[in-house]
Amino acid sequence: MAEQAAQQWNLPLGVTEISREVFSLHMVIFWICLVIAVIVFAVMFWSLIRYRKSRGARSAHFHESTLVEVLWTAIPVVILIAMAIPATATLKKIYDPSAADIDILITGYQWRWRYEYMQEDIQYFSNMSTPIEQIQNQNEKTPTYLLEVDEPLVLPVGKKVRFLLTSADVIHAWWVPELAVKKDAVPGFINEAWTRIDEPGTYRGQCAELCGKNHGFMPIEVKAVSQQDYQAWLAERKQQQQQALASADKDWTMADLMSQGETVYNTYCSSCHQVNGAGIPPVFPALAGSPMATQETGRTDHINTVLYGKAGTAMSAFGAVLSPSDLAAVITYERNAWGNDSGDRVQPAEIKTVLEGGNEAPQSAMIKEADDANRS
Amino acid sequence: MQTGLDIKTSAMQPSGLSRWLVTTNHKEIGSLYLIFSCVMLFIGGFMALVIRAELFQPGLQFVEPEFFNQMTTMHGLIMVFGAVMPAFVGLANWMIPLQIGAPDMALPRLNNFSFWLLPVAFGMLLSTLFMEGGGPNFGWTFYAPLSTTYAPPSTNFFILSIHIAGISSILGAINIIATILNMRTPGMRLMDMSLFVWTWLITAFLLIAVMPVLAGVVTMMLLDINFGTSFFNAAGGGDPVLFQHLFWFFGHPEVYIMILPAFGIVSLIVPTFARKRLFGYRSMVYATASIAILSFVVWAHHMFTVGLPLPAQLFFMYATMLIAVPTGVKVFNWVATLFRGSISFELPMLFALAFIVQFTVGGLSGVMLAIVPADFQYHDTYFVVAHFHYVLVPGAIFAIIAAIYYWLPKWTGYYPNELLGKWHFWLSVIGVNLTFFPMHFSGLAGMPRRIPDYALQFADFNMVSSVGGFLFGISQLLLVVVVVRCVRGGKPAADKPWEGAEGLEWTVASPAPAHTFSTPPEFIPERDSPSRP
Repeated sequence: MAEQAAQQWNLPLGVTEISREVFSLHMVIFWICLVIAVIVFAVMFWSLIRYRKSRGARSAHFHESTLVEVLWTAIPVVILIAMAIPATATLKKIYDPSAADIDILITGYQWRWRYEYMQEDIQYFSNMSTPIEQIQNQNEKTPTYLLEVDEPLVLPVGKKVRFLLTSADVIHAWWVPELAVKKDAVPGFINEAWTRIDEPGTYRGQCAELCGKNHGFMPIEVKAVSQQDYQAWLAERKQQQQQALASADKDWTMADLMSQGETVYNTYCSSCHQVNGAGIPPVFPALAGSPMATQETGRTDHINTVLYGKAGTAMSAFGAVLSPSDLAAVITYERNAWGNDSGDRVQPAEIKTVLEGGNEAPQSAMIKEADDANRS
Repeated sequence: MQTGLDIKTSAMQPSGLSRWLVTTNHKEIGSLYLIFSCVMLFIGGFMALVIRAELFQPGLQFVEPEFFNQMTTMHGLIMVFGAVMPAFVGLANWMIPLQIGAPDMALPRLNNFSFWLLPVAFGMLLSTLFMEGGGPNFGWTFYAPLSTTYAPPSTNFFILSIHIAGISSILGAINIIATILNMRTPGMRLMDMSLFVWTWLITAFLLIAVMPVLAGVVTMMLLDINFGTSFFNAAGGGDPVLFQHLFWFFGHPEVYIMILPAFGIVSLIVPTFARKRLFGYRSMVYATASIAILSFVVWAHHMFTVGLPLPAQLFFMYATMLIAVPTGVKVFNWVATLFRGSISFELPMLFALAFIVQFTVGGLSGVMLAIVPADFQYHDTYFVVAHFHYVLVPGAIFAIIAAIYYWLPKWTGYYPNELLGKWHFWLSVIGVNLTFFPMHFSGLAGMPRRIPDYALQFADFNMVSSVGGFLFGISQLLLVVVVVRCVRGGKPAADKPWEGAEGLEWTVASPAPAHTFSTPPEFIPERDSPSRP
């Protein structure tokens, strides 16, 4: 199990049929390479010792031999063919995602994963949960340092799970070593992969394609549970989503918006715009003191930017991925934190109206840009 | 071979700095390339040490993740385009005319231009680190859209510097081909050339074939960033994976550009110090050509996880495995050359032997990486980092150092200091293997590449790698000490300083005068050709 930070020298055997096949391919090719290396280096070092000039060695005069040269061309070819056969067989299995029981859409974001259970109407983000104090060496690091998330991907054992992978921004790669699944998440395209997990447990992985500054901080945690526990989890999850939806209909107080907003901001926004709102200009603009976040005239643009993103920049659209309550809270927070003090409140109801294309839907430049990008 | 005419032309040269600015002499330009490459090696090496310092322990220690990414990117770009490639071009400039009996390169002014483009390109590239938003931070492979939509504003300067460095490479390659094909001394057939000349001829063709593709791909980036095109943007009908296909169509031949001349160097040094003719000269030439041709049909093995269709995966797996065959032939030929030789262990030989062992380690991990299902586990981990550093650092860079020690007596007239050189060798071997061998294990254990911080189970491997990295980096100062001392003096070297050496370069004086082979030397194939019966 991956729970301990035990020293490991080799690939994990893994917990799927495919991962075990991959492991055995890896070991076979490793031993072949090791044997070749031992033979070549043995001949080489024996020659270096035996035919030293200081020992009085006189050099021979041969400089070619057709037989030998044909042999050491042909033998590697045979070894490689022998290796290619099982590799091809395993690859064919990996490339067969048909007859899956469960479909999961995995979307990479800078710098988190989003999981959508396509048959269940369940979707949520999975963020790294390692506290910043551990990363900055103020607190002791726990064994799952950098490999832990707030909401793991929960899967039942024994079922064939198909992953559909895509990205909302740059290319990411979803990798869990113990499942032997690694696939790129490419924006605008959908890749397929699959797994069938044999044993319940927690399996951890990381993003495997450089995706910007927090590439090292978007881990993957897969929790494999029994079929029974899986059903229970699904029910619980659905109930939670209902509650979140209902909360959008009430009128929120400033204090509630600010406290919820701070949590959302620190999870989704602070990696670029920084905890203190100062941003990292010019790529990630400051929010503290910015006209958009402080002035009444910037309010519409502010909402639109958060909801629809900004085409041609690193700002992605959050309208479809966060709940109206979270969106309202985080916008309110941005308009009042760090001395922005606009006193402005944004209510979930207002966000819902904008998202449903209600009468107030503002046609700013940004929303047009986002539309253009979506259309084309 | 010095004539009165030569002395007169030398006297007409401007002195001081402008002499180096306007020189058209292949030896001086060769030295400029080598000095430039050395400076870049230390700049890129310093960046590597920033990376290794940050990775010494888990947790963020010295630099922010954003700056860490700039360091990994710049380290790769500078080492590939600024250190390894110019070093080989420098050796080619110095030695190709001497080995084929030519008075200079075919296009001396172009030669000067190709060199002086490089300081411009890399000066500009390095200046991006001081710009607002920082330098390139998207890896040396600069995958779109991280390098387009999400890139820092300095990316335009990065693109321009890649263009300029690319033009320099293309012009250099044209010059090398023109020199080799037109200026061989009468009687020297292609199959009479030294393997260093052969490997460089093939490398130059690779450069001409792929550098324009790199220029094309960065131009498409430029258009995507500034002019609203969507080559690499799916929202506009483009494809981010197209970037990778184009990049690696350049990138894979590029890695052979950095290793083929190394094969040539080792193929000269091993016979010299085994005092025995190279085994299988012809098969060496054919193997080099096969590797070069195969390099055009294996690019997608860098992209096994992007979601290629099954038939494409299979094709690229088989083609990649095939490369092991000609590469194996080379290693076997070197070992067969050693077999029943009369071997001594001078400095160039030590580095060449270390090259053979260490390059083979990198080659074998390459075979493992070719197996697609297993590559799904290795891809983008430290296993890959270990693999390509084994072929490039203890591989290509060791071969460059071997070449420097091999030809220093010809360049300076003195032998390099044996004792200091041996210290340099052993510290380098220990340092480089301490650095890169543990990376195999951290990669297999699951550490992704290009991360500034890592989980606790990778801590021990990283600590060893960092210690090794500093040892290797600092011991390269010894190389500078040895070379500088050798330029200033030492044990005088004869025209042919190595007992078993063969080739026209050893028929001129040591140090080689400014102008050599003003009249073509006599070449008797039965006596001088490496392929003589």
